Amino acid sequence: MVTMAPAGKVELARSVASGVVDPEIPVLTIADLGILRQVSWDRGRVRVTITPTYSGCPAMRQIEDDLRSALAGAGLPDVKIATVHHPAWSSDWITAEGREKLAEFGIAPPLPDGVVLCPRCRSSAPRLIARFGSTACKALMVCSSCGEPFDYFKEY
Amino acid sequence: MIGSETATADSGSVVTALVAHGDDNLVLAQRLGEWISNAPELEEDIALGNIALDHLGVARALYTHAGEIEGRGRTEDDFAMRRAEREFLNVLLVEQPNGDFAHTMVRALFFDAYQVDLWEGMTASDDETLSGIAARAGKEARYHLLHSSAWVVRLGDGTEESHRRAQNAVDALWRFTGELFQGPGQVSPQRWRAAIEEVLDEAGLGIPDDPHQRGGGRRGLHSEHLGPLLAEMQWMQRSYPGLQW
Repeated sequence: MVTMAPAGKVELARSVASGVVDPEIPVLTIADLGILRQVSWDRGRVRVTITPTYSGCPAMRQIEDDLRSALAGAGLPDVKIATVHHPAWSSDWITAEGREKLAEFGIAPPLPDGVVLCPRCRSSAPRLIARFGSTACKALMVCSSCGEPFDYFKEY
Repeated sequence: MIGSETATADSGSVVTALVAHGDDNLVLAQRLGEWISNAPELEEDIALGNIALDHLGVARALYTHAGEIEGRGRTEDDFAMRRAEREFLNVLLVEQPNGDFAHTMVRALFFDAYQVDLWEGMTASDDETLSGIAARAGKEARYHLLHSSAWVVRLGDGTEESHRRAQNAVDALWRFTGELFQGPGQVSPQRWRAAIEEVLDEAGLGIPDDPHQRGGGRRGLHSEHLGPLLAEMQWMQRSYPGLQW
């Protein structure tokens, strides 16, 4: 049996954890979303720190389970998953790559100054249909130019 | 030894405060959940469900944190499912029945405006976990307030019937607002009232003259409406203690 050094285990865990996708927006990984905060070595085992997005996001428990099974699948069954509330998650933490992936998927990403671009025609004059959409993080908009209804990932 | 006794008393009051705010959010979440599949339109059904989930998430985080500080091994489920009515410390406002849609929105307006201030104050807490929970809950409360304010204006400034119902709701629920300022947590009644008056003015709704206010929720003395709500919510754990899935 090959015993891996803690540093190697942390590296492996980081790469596996970074690939876990959000169960509700599967084009994004938890690293893209900024939910994955830290992967470290703590008291003889890997410790993965995550920060919840919305208080009411039902995906958090699923993400924890997905992390656990992905890491176990990579040979890391003994992992501590810690939820840290401080500092509070912000949509500013979504990476540039994550924003591009959202737009390609048809969800308008949060942009500076509250700008919302239609993911179809890039027009910036949408109308709000409903403040609450299909998940906690999204609102429902319709484009005033091309008429496309679309999800907007809310600035948070 | 005096020092350690003081520390215990302090952490006891911190736990009580966290549980009281957790109870506000849990009870309101349960109430809002009653709307699911019954709201006046699909978007509103989804909105009320989402708002309920936010309140539930806040309650879970506060209970978990309270359990950690208390150090007796109580979990979020112990707080939510294994306490009796007299141990719940929520304000009477959140346990009031949903009534019609106007009642639900006026109740939300009163509570959202309170929570916006409450969380803003707690974001400055030295307790990092509480500060993080409050920062997140504050963003949500501000968003909820946009929603409830917009509806109260739309109903108050809508048809004769919607106006009548919205005014009835304000008149019926006003008596439960004084309790919001009796602690725990520091919320300015003047700021709250100014925020509410702005919305009610725009809606063409008035504040009742009746100075009578009800209280007692923070001491576990509830209206007749909390018991049935808890009976439904806790039924599974009471019938099958410790059940998990």
